Amino acid sequence: MFFSAKNLSGGYGGVDIIHSCSFEVNKGEIVSILGPNGAGKSTAMKAMLGMLELSSGEVTIDGKDLSNLNTQTRVKLGVSFVPQTKNVFTEMSVQENLEMGGFLRDASYKETIDEIYELFPILFEKRNQIVGELSGGQRQQVAIGRALMIKPSVLMLDEPTAGVSPIVMDELFDHIQRIKEKNVAILMVEQNARQALNISDRGYVLVMGENKYTGTGNDLLNDSEVRRSFLGG
Amino acid sequence: MDFLNAIVLIANFVIVPALTYGSQLALGAIGVTLIYGILRFANFAYGDLMAFGTMISILITWKFQSMGITFGFLPTALLALPFAVVVTIIVSLIFDKYIFEYYRIKKSPGVTLIVVSLGLMFVLNGIVRIVIGTGDKQFFDGHKFLIKANEFKELTGLNEGLAIKSTQLITLITTVIIALMLFWFLEKTKTGKSMRAYSNNEDLALLSGIDPSRVVMITWVIASILATVAGTLYGLDKSFKPFTYFNNLLPIFAAAIVGGIGNPIGAFFGGFLVAFSEIMITYAYKKVLIYLLPESLEPTSLMQLLSTDYKFAVSFSILVIVLLFRPNGIFKGKVL
Repeated sequence: MFFSAKNLSGGYGGVDIIHSCSFEVNKGEIVSILGPNGAGKSTAMKAMLGMLELSSGEVTIDGKDLSNLNTQTRVKLGVSFVPQTKNVFTEMSVQENLEMGGFLRDASYKETIDEIYELFPILFEKRNQIVGELSGGQRQQVAIGRALMIKPSVLMLDEPTAGVSPIVMDELFDHIQRIKEKNVAILMVEQNARQALNISDRGYVLVMGENKYTGTGNDLLNDSEVRRSFLGG
Repeated sequence: MDFLNAIVLIANFVIVPALTYGSQLALGAIGVTLIYGILRFANFAYGDLMAFGTMISILITWKFQSMGITFGFLPTALLALPFAVVVTIIVSLIFDKYIFEYYRIKKSPGVTLIVVSLGLMFVLNGIVRIVIGTGDKQFFDGHKFLIKANEFKELTGLNEGLAIKSTQLITLITTVIIALMLFWFLEKTKTGKSMRAYSNNEDLALLSGIDPSRVVMITWVIASILATVAGTLYGLDKSFKPFTYFNNLLPIFAAAIVGGIGNPIGAFFGGFLVAFSEIMITYAYKKVLIYLLPESLEPTSLMQLLSTDYKFAVSFSILVIVLLFRPNGIFKGKVL
């Protein structure tokens, strides 16, 4: 597997929130982390990004151990992250947000901006507008676009569809599928479990900070127990 | 004719001084607002950092004067200014390294940092007084007036004169140039944008690979440049007395808050707003009104809203009014 996290345990100092969780994702795959509120989904993602104190576990990318590196170094190695909230520079223009995403890149970042405008045509139209004035769905596109600017090999999304309308959600999921075609490994935490599983190659269901169910998107969608507990029958 | 006399009077006693004073406040307010936007605390030591920078300017100026180096018709202090700026930057960076960095890493709340900066303020204040003394210091040389009141009267045939000191013009021009350069830097350069990004959303800036220690360093560099330039211009225009810089802290903070704290363009205009308010409210309009009104309505009193001794009350009132009715400032605050 290209990116893997094994037996992660940890929390924000004090009690462990996640207990020996493992996740894997390959390039060109979408993997969802699902589960009820408070299951530790976002915490697990932060653990993989080095934003958490781990009591055990290791994270590797392409065989390289990341476990002792800080978040910024992991970003440099191609692990990009879109937080759930505060994921854009609200006071800056769309173009400037993308430029900041490419802060670590050399002059070639300009081509990447064009690629992102191709992926999100609406952002090209709004490129000089202040992001704080955009709609929720557009902001989310800016957030994902910013994270794509470093040309990541792994993209982590923390609830990319939180708080947007069902139509916008479908649109965002379409975009995420198109990012996958660019051979990026995508790992996302989602509340909208059914829709997320529909586009996912695999899924992990977390309960109380532990891996409870694992399987392909279809397996989980058809698993009666998973359906009963998370997908509403 | 009376009307023109009134205008010249206002220009001489209100507009020209307010533009000069406003420039000095504007530079200081931009410094305060930048530190607030990036380092997230109100730096009370800023007034005394200005005093410190000015002191260095003066010491170098005196040295130059004793060596016989002058700057032609311009004040020698302008020649000394770049050196003073470098010294102040180094001192600021040392203070950051040994004082502020500790609290930044600990993620101390802004209130703690304000108290820390108060402590530094007293230390700086003490250093300046010990080194250069508490009295008035003159360090101006060069050509004093661009136009004298008498010359203006002869030239125009008006009763009232308009005097423009060279320091006033130097102050205004320097301020405009520095402010334009700074705004260009923040809007157009990669480093400037990364500072705005850091001010807007620190966590996301870190996720984008922006180096926080570099942003902080550049902030201190800019703030020190602004403090030294503003302080030296103020000292050239009036005279140097350590205590006045401490006093100026209030109008500077008023300007930064009126403009929306964290917003440099707001701070720039805030500086002029505070300066004009202070001077317009404390100016005695008697003579102006004598020119403008018919004889029967001529005022007998000074027609002064507030005595000049109370000029700081004006800044303070502006501060209170803004915080009560528009806490974000006139321009949108908490932006960079």
